[in-house]
Amino acid sequence: MSNNFLSWKANYDAKKERKGPFFTVSSVPIDPLYAPGHTAEIDYERDLGNPGEYPYTRGVRSNMYRGRLWTMRMFAGFATAKESNERYKFLLSQGQTGLSVAFDMPTIMGYDSDHPRAYGEVGRVGVAIDSLQDMETLFRDISLDKVSTSMTINAPASIIWSMYVVAAEKQGISANKLTGTIQNDILKEYIAQKSWIFPPDPSMRLITDIFKFSKEHVPKWNTISISGYHIREAGATALQELAFTLADGFAYVEAGVKAGLDVDDFAPRLSFFFNSHTDFFEEIAKYRAARRIWARHMKEKYGAKKEESLLMRFHTQTAGCSLTGPQPENNIVRTAYQAMAAVLGGTQSLHTNSMDEVLALPSEKAAQIALRTQQVLAYETGVVNTIDPLAGSYFMETLTNQMEEGAEEYFQKIDELGGVLGAIRENFFQQEIADAAYRYQKEIETNERIIVGINDFVNEGKDKIDLLKIDPEVELSQITRLKDLKQSRDNIRVQTTLSDLKEAAQGTDNLIPKIMDAVRAYATEGEMVAVLKEVFGEYREQAVF
Amino acid sequence: MNKTRIRVLVGKPGLDGHDRGAKVIARALRDAGMEVIYSGLHQTPEQLVEAAIQEDVDLIGVSVLSGAHMTIFPRIKELLKEQNAEDILLMGGGTIPEEDIVTLVEAGHAEALFTPGATTTEIVSWIRDRLEASKEVSV
Repeated sequence: MSNNFLSWKANYDAKKERKGPFFTVSSVPIDPLYAPGHTAEIDYERDLGNPGEYPYTRGVRSNMYRGRLWTMRMFAGFATAKESNERYKFLLSQGQTGLSVAFDMPTIMGYDSDHPRAYGEVGRVGVAIDSLQDMETLFRDISLDKVSTSMTINAPASIIWSMYVVAAEKQGISANKLTGTIQNDILKEYIAQKSWIFPPDPSMRLITDIFKFSKEHVPKWNTISISGYHIREAGATALQELAFTLADGFAYVEAGVKAGLDVDDFAPRLSFFFNSHTDFFEEIAKYRAARRIWARHMKEKYGAKKEESLLMRFHTQTAGCSLTGPQPENNIVRTAYQAMAAVLGGTQSLHTNSMDEVLALPSEKAAQIALRTQQVLAYETGVVNTIDPLAGSYFMETLTNQMEEGAEEYFQKIDELGGVLGAIRENFFQQEIADAAYRYQKEIETNERIIVGINDFVNEGKDKIDLLKIDPEVELSQITRLKDLKQSRDNIRVQTTLSDLKEAAQGTDNLIPKIMDAVRAYATEGEMVAVLKEVFGEYREQAVF
Repeated sequence: MNKTRIRVLVGKPGLDGHDRGAKVIARALRDAGMEVIYSGLHQTPEQLVEAAIQEDVDLIGVSVLSGAHMTIFPRIKELLKEQNAEDILLMGGGTIPEEDIVTLVEAGHAEALFTPGATTTEIVSWIRDRLEASKEVSV
């Protein structure tokens, strides 16, 4: 450090420092000042590069938001396919540019709406999809070659995606015109979100089957969205979110290569999904480091040759776990800061949470304010005028370097545990996340960390806002439709396609064509999952806390 | 029976995997000196009640973030009644709107419900107040 810096430091130390804490939302301590000495080692060409140039720290496109704004993609879906279809048409009419489908828990876990375990959960947290019939209703009057659709579906992704492709086929749209994303990230399910069905090996096979099928038939589809979002929501720090997500990404690359694909055949279709929490600079540093780490590993370790294989493209959602039940309108403000961090971090698409999501699914008004938050950001704040405006900041570059170094340390630990699957078996991720979540809660309870409206600046009395209510009739009407379908379809064809699927699961052929045949016969999701469970078995975890 | 420690079953009913809250509570209760059994995910009300009886717990705490609270709490209470285990208290938390909390607690479908923002200290002292009144406990 220079003499100039040291003399400032002496001055600073002689003065009073307000009671902190001066740490990030991830409990990382922050210095009072960053100066040239902190970033002296940085080489612009090697470590940053211009936007659209290796190692892509400054962004994956040379023109970024001066070429095209990010996609404003609001996650929505509730009740029945018919009601969700109406919400989508409303959102499209309001200027939203991509669809994002939320499914209900029975759909996510592979149960039909009439299964006993689905009781009370049909249409609650997303839309209920049992068969192709529901998928056709979900996108009625929405031409599937005109929208890009993101579907938050993991364990049964192969089935739900097949329903989407077949629904497009029925609209007369060929698969090679379809654009969108399926989440399809089972590793983070074992690590954090816990919506699994099958054990890891067959789950990884379904994923590589999707990679292969997509390469041939649905080439513009993003076949996986490797997700840190849920890892963060479960309590991880920003660094853990970054490191665990990238470790998952590398595990998928290795699985694809092991399944016989060339890395450049599928890596361009891999995309990512991150959280944006309230600690502004820490989040931006996380995105910048993520791009750089991904590019470096893909090029140097996995030998990718195509430029598109090196690009980390990602979706961001603001942090649901940062929202508070008391004074819910304050959540609009939190979400706005988080959204700005995501944009300064160079996200490709963004979901902004509604203020009421800590209490219920968003009401139409709350969802509209959340979308307007993005529009204000895009059209009024001016942050889109220049690319990666924080580059070269002593603080930002230091944080970005620290993120990369910390992630590399985690990669080494994960390797020592036998890779991602080994670390899952050892409960490594689960314990790290549980520890971080507990520490965060303790910081709040000891008032070391202040959350406005929770442990300080509390309002007496209740704050009431209008919440969305799901009619309990939804479950009954969905079950009735399912019963009618099971009577009206060709049940012999259903049985034939299901036994073909089972036979294929016992072998090594790609399962996607077999799943699509069963979908065309209107076999239900639950029926397909049931035959696959007979072959693959079910996953169970040893819970740690 | 003269119990010396409060025994709690922390349960995660329903199909969702949002276990952050359940795990933080489980650990806080353990740190407060209680004996804590965590059910793990995706439990049915039947499984939770069976485990509660087998483990001889004083209280079941369930975390619901799936929106299914209006069916889950009444169902657990009903099963406890069927099994003559009404002495086991039921509390819960999660994404539960205020008016549903009032409905559930007033109808006796749960003894107490906490929303996001409730502190573990608050929950620990609620448990102690309720149980120390009814039995010999030292924690």
